[in-house]
Amino acid sequence: MSTALLSGSGITKSYGATPALRGVDVTVGEGEIVAITGPSGCGKSTLLHCLAGILRADQGSVVYRDQDLNLWSETSRSRLRRTEFGVLFQFGQLVPELTAAENVALPLLLAGSGRRDAREVALGWLDRFGVAELADKRPGAMSGGQQQRCAAARALVTGPRVIFADEPTGALDQLNGEQVMAAMVQAVREQGSAVVLVTHEAPIAAYADREIVLRDGVIDPSGIGIFG
Amino acid sequence: MSTAHVLLGLLAGGPRHGYDLKRAHDDRLPQAKPLGYGQVYATLGRLERDGLVARSGQDQEAGPERTSYELTDLGRERLSAWLTEVEPPAPYVSSVLFNKVVVALLAAGAERATDYLTAQRIAHMTRMRELTAVKTRPGASVGDVVAADYAIGHLDADLRWLQTTLARVAELQKEVTT
Repeated sequence: MSTALLSGSGITKSYGATPALRGVDVTVGEGEIVAITGPSGCGKSTLLHCLAGILRADQGSVVYRDQDLNLWSETSRSRLRRTEFGVLFQFGQLVPELTAAENVALPLLLAGSGRRDAREVALGWLDRFGVAELADKRPGAMSGGQQQRCAAARALVTGPRVIFADEPTGALDQLNGEQVMAAMVQAVREQGSAVVLVTHEAPIAAYADREIVLRDGVIDPSGIGIFG
Repeated sequence: MSTAHVLLGLLAGGPRHGYDLKRAHDDRLPQAKPLGYGQVYATLGRLERDGLVARSGQDQEAGPERTSYELTDLGRERLSAWLTEVEPPAPYVSSVLFNKVVVALLAAGAERATDYLTAQRIAHMTRMRELTAVKTRPGASVGDVVAADYAIGHLDADLRWLQTTLARVAELQKEVTT
């Protein structure tokens, strides 16, 4: 088993009176792809958001490279998400006013790269995801699958240590979903990035090295889960 | 019979001898069980008897003499008919998975059925992960990907069934034991 890069212990999170996570322990190793699966409403997205530092856990700790993210300010966590983490959601959430290349270059510009260099790197990533010809198109002129390929390119462009992907293929048809996953997995294997992947589809979970099954906010030790 | 039709298909491009057909079969269908030489020659014999292939010549290149076969017009027609024909969707539920759940409920109870379904799900997920690794391996051919997808699709169907059946074990037990 690889060294722990990111770990959560005793993560508890409620929305008002409704508990979403009730003491979850999870470890992600360097370069490891971990799928979080389970029935709708089991808390898998909440767990991803807590691990990515987007949500703050009510109790428990989230430790990334020996630092407890729950003790960090929002500004520091936001900086971490720009530099060391990459995020990819079900609906790409591209900036509608920017072209594909500008969307993908954005994380590089925020990290201090020059405009020209950032565009070059962005074009390379668009090519990897098979959408190089859309570089100067805005999201409104692209299909859902094309937008999601751009969003995946944007999540990977900075060479993040951890990628958080929440139902990354949930809005795609099967072939598009498979192609996005295959390109993403190949890229993260090369970069040595770890991935936390939330999905309810078995063939998508099968891209992971390991699967954690959540049920009612706790890890289901039988690993049964329910897809669909 | 499928092997016969595959051989007819491999002969559609021109005459070939048995050894060549075996190699072409194993290369083109790498996920299928490799053909034995005996099977190739036995099949060619039947195809020849039925008038679907005919001997087209002998050649001897640094080895034993080999007989080449070619498609006859009848063979070409039979191949074309097979390619046009839709395979019937499986008419019965004949899966050993299904049988085992029912027998577990009859003979040993709900817990045994649940344990079996859980273990089977883990085995299916493991196999699906292996197949996914095969198709995402650098240098995987389109043939590898398409063959893996076929198996993954079937495993996925089984997995969906395993999951919904897990949720219905108690109900099913009531039904099969009354």
